[in-house]
Amino acid sequence: MTIRLNRLAFLAVMLSAAPAWSQTQGGSPDHAQHQQGVPTSTPPAKKAMDNSMPGMDHSNMTMPGTSTPAKSDSMPGMDHGSMNHGNMDSKPKSTQPEAMPGMAGMDHGDMNAQGGPAPADARDPHGYSGGYTLDKGPYTTPGTPRLRLADEHKFATVLIDRLERGYGRNNNDTVYDGQAWFGTAYDRLVIKAEGDVARGKLQEARTELLWGHAIATFWDVQAGVRHDSGTGPERTWLAFGVQGLAPYWFEVDAAAYIGENGRTAARLEAEYEMLLTQKLILQPRIEINYYGKSDPALEIGSGLSSGVVGLRLRYEINRQFAPYIGVERVSKFGNTANLARADGALTNETRWVAGVRIWF
Amino acid sequence: MKRQSSFPLAVPNPPRRRFVQGLATGGVLLGLSAWSAPGWAQNSGLAGPKVPVLRGTEFDLTISEMPANFTGNPRIATAINGSIPAPTLRWREGDEVTIRVTNKLSVASSIHWHGIILPFQMDGVPGLSFAGIQPGETFTYRFKVEQSGTYWYHSHSAFQEMTGMYGAIVVEPTGGETLRADREHVIVLSDWTDEDPMRVFSKLKTQSDYYNYNQPTVMSFFQDASRDGFKAAVDKRKMWNQMRMSPTDLADLSASTMTFLMNGTTPSGNWTGLFRPGEKVRLRFINGSSNTFYDVRIPGLKLTVVQADGVNVEPVTVDEFRFGAGETYDVVVTPTDDAYTVYAQSMDRTGYARGTLAVREGLTATVPALDKPEWLSMADMMGAMGGMGGMSGMAGMNHGGSSGMNQQGSMQGMNHGGMAMDHSQHAMPGMTASNPLATPSTRARHARTEYGPSTDQRVDMARTNLDDPGIGLRNNGRRVLTLNDLHTTGGPLDPRGAEREVELHLTGNMERYTWSFDGLEFGQSTPVHLRFGERVRIILHNDTMMTHPMHLHGMWSELEQPDGRFQVRRHTIPVQPAQRISFLVTADAMGRWAWHCHLLFHMDAGMFREVVVS
Repeated sequence: MTIRLNRLAFLAVMLSAAPAWSQTQGGSPDHAQHQQGVPTSTPPAKKAMDNSMPGMDHSNMTMPGTSTPAKSDSMPGMDHGSMNHGNMDSKPKSTQPEAMPGMAGMDHGDMNAQGGPAPADARDPHGYSGGYTLDKGPYTTPGTPRLRLADEHKFATVLIDRLERGYGRNNNDTVYDGQAWFGTAYDRLVIKAEGDVARGKLQEARTELLWGHAIATFWDVQAGVRHDSGTGPERTWLAFGVQGLAPYWFEVDAAAYIGENGRTAARLEAEYEMLLTQKLILQPRIEINYYGKSDPALEIGSGLSSGVVGLRLRYEINRQFAPYIGVERVSKFGNTANLARADGALTNETRWVAGVRIWF
Repeated sequence: MKRQSSFPLAVPNPPRRRFVQGLATGGVLLGLSAWSAPGWAQNSGLAGPKVPVLRGTEFDLTISEMPANFTGNPRIATAINGSIPAPTLRWREGDEVTIRVTNKLSVASSIHWHGIILPFQMDGVPGLSFAGIQPGETFTYRFKVEQSGTYWYHSHSAFQEMTGMYGAIVVEPTGGETLRADREHVIVLSDWTDEDPMRVFSKLKTQSDYYNYNQPTVMSFFQDASRDGFKAAVDKRKMWNQMRMSPTDLADLSASTMTFLMNGTTPSGNWTGLFRPGEKVRLRFINGSSNTFYDVRIPGLKLTVVQADGVNVEPVTVDEFRFGAGETYDVVVTPTDDAYTVYAQSMDRTGYARGTLAVREGLTATVPALDKPEWLSMADMMGAMGGMGGMSGMAGMNHGGSSGMNQQGSMQGMNHGGMAMDHSQHAMPGMTASNPLATPSTRARHARTEYGPSTDQRVDMARTNLDDPGIGLRNNGRRVLTLNDLHTTGGPLDPRGAEREVELHLTGNMERYTWSFDGLEFGQSTPVHLRFGERVRIILHNDTMMTHPMHLHGMWSELEQPDGRFQVRRHTIPVQPAQRISFLVTADAMGRWAWHCHLLFHMDAGMFREVVVS
């Protein structure tokens, strides 16, 4: 019962603390300020959560923009029950008929402007080549290297999405959460790192090394390894996930993990950027963690273990440097919460944060 | 906003105005070290650099790094003969010209003669026409000039064009100019960034809206809601947000990094062209920018357009014209007052290039305010289907000067209201029955590679009308030039009709910042093969929401109306969002040729094809 109550509390927090999601009917002027990014006439987040309530099946708690059946298929990381990720690569492809079916006021029938499978009679993009290639053809001069443009270059970026000091009821800490990539628009090496430091020690850290491959206009699949470190025992996992941009500009990062001794885990993170002005940006953020098996050494219980709902307000001094302030609610659920209580620790905590978002 | 370093800490935000307008005397600093005392301060009083003119049949050009200062920050530019723009080359039709180009850079370079018909080995595209000009080497270009008019030249290597390697070419016709003018000025419009172009490109790869500070906000939502009602404001945003596309993505690079130049002079530097009242003045406008569409007008003067891309057109008088990177227009004006502002605002309305036509140096005229940026319309997003949503911007599609085609044809039962769409040729009996190639096809045939991550949308029913001045110019109260207004005098070069049709789609994914033909960037593409001597119709179908100035090297592009009538001969054709255009090419130039979007970043991102004529 406590589990349920906690879950309900978590959902309630989500609904109240994440403004972009808490909006209900598009027709309500009260929520006008949220319409910038989420001008739907239905309340997708609420619907998704309502669906999730009866069976406590949080696989539907994905993203507002992914609340259609096709979209929730795109979140393999949330497929908690089975952990059957054998078909990872094919699943996200079902996101392909994206976006267009819901076009209100645009009665275009079967119009399909984004993604989708190529029809059988689609044109051959090499149909005009006459058999020539960039390297083989008339007038090529031996010894002349062929033209290479930036599509064949590799680029790199480091984004530190959160570098912040947190102030909770009992303790303060410093958190980092970033991502770096190296590669092309379609294939890249990705490093994700998140951790928190308190009392001069790294408390817990998650570091992932992934290969990312583009599978749809706005989506990459990622596979690799995850390593957890900190004060407790270290854990290593195989990682599979998707990262991308859901309709209405929700940034989604979802992954499933398989560890030693039959351990499994899943993680969902979503962010939304609401431009108050060109430089002042309000950013709701959620994070949900799930573990298939208890790991008492790390005070993790099986099931939905923890969640974070946060709201940050940043000012982009420029695109690459933006200080922010914010608040977030960190909650432990279920068996994890029980373990915490047995330990005398908090199961819910509000953190005030101040930090900076940097990329280069 | 100005960002010049990759690490932005502690970079102050100087007043934006300064960057729109630039330094009063910025430019290339001959003989001065970039890092010494601010040389521009010593030059105060100069109205910007004067561009040298070289004439004859033998030319020596030297490519080297040069100190430059357009914004107050000393930078290193890439210049030809120490000048930005490069010297204006004046040739005569029929002459054989010899140009020795010496590369004093530490990297390979090249010069491409834009719009000039010549043997492919002389075309100057490294990796296609030759190996490029290595550091320290001199390459000799030699070819016969077989045309006349206004053209230009620029580097075709990396981003050198963006850092200063561009200049004008003026070719006098055999027997002298037939267009009578009392004097003329060459006006090269370009753009400049203090940042390293590759760094700028890399930023766009990470965040493609990096330089867009006209994005929809909560504030703009409130404004729309209070003006048009809540539901209208929601509807206006719904589809854009659903599709994850930006309605204000009008230029990848805005004035937040760009300074807009006229003859190498910043707006506050005020390039000045002199005249005597009552004279007929010919202005040779060249868009030598890397990434900017300019909307050009001279308040108080009518512009009579007499040439497009160096080719004479039936004179047409307008108030304003838009042109993209690579295009040229010659206009004739007859000024009578003392001073007029030559005003060229960027398509995204973040800045402008500006100069003055005046009876003497030092005069200025009123500089207009920037127009308000507009959102892309549904027609820009969806072409001919865009008229159905009642969304903003559609009023602009009702233009007076439509093609004269029958507009109410049988559009498969779709009623598009008053839109000027030219799909109606199916309904014109007798035209298509005899020769299926008499008119360009209208059915979109997407390539199978357009269904993956490299594209962010496809347009099924493109618009084919040529009479849309484009976003930001529709119904602005001024007479704006459109492709529909341009008629090459004397008809097409080749009277033959199309023998076959080649359809290619312009594609991209703004989120990933990829640009391509048919969803395939250059590196994955194969050449387009044209048989020597054939007359081929090329259809460009724009599946993106940006306008692309498409430049085919080595051969003319003879644009046609949707009904197949010849319209205008160009070397660079702007293709608007969700537009489908067609042109005929006579494949009379053996060799390997480049074909690309002339927005430099789009080209380098992969919107580039090789064309083989054999």
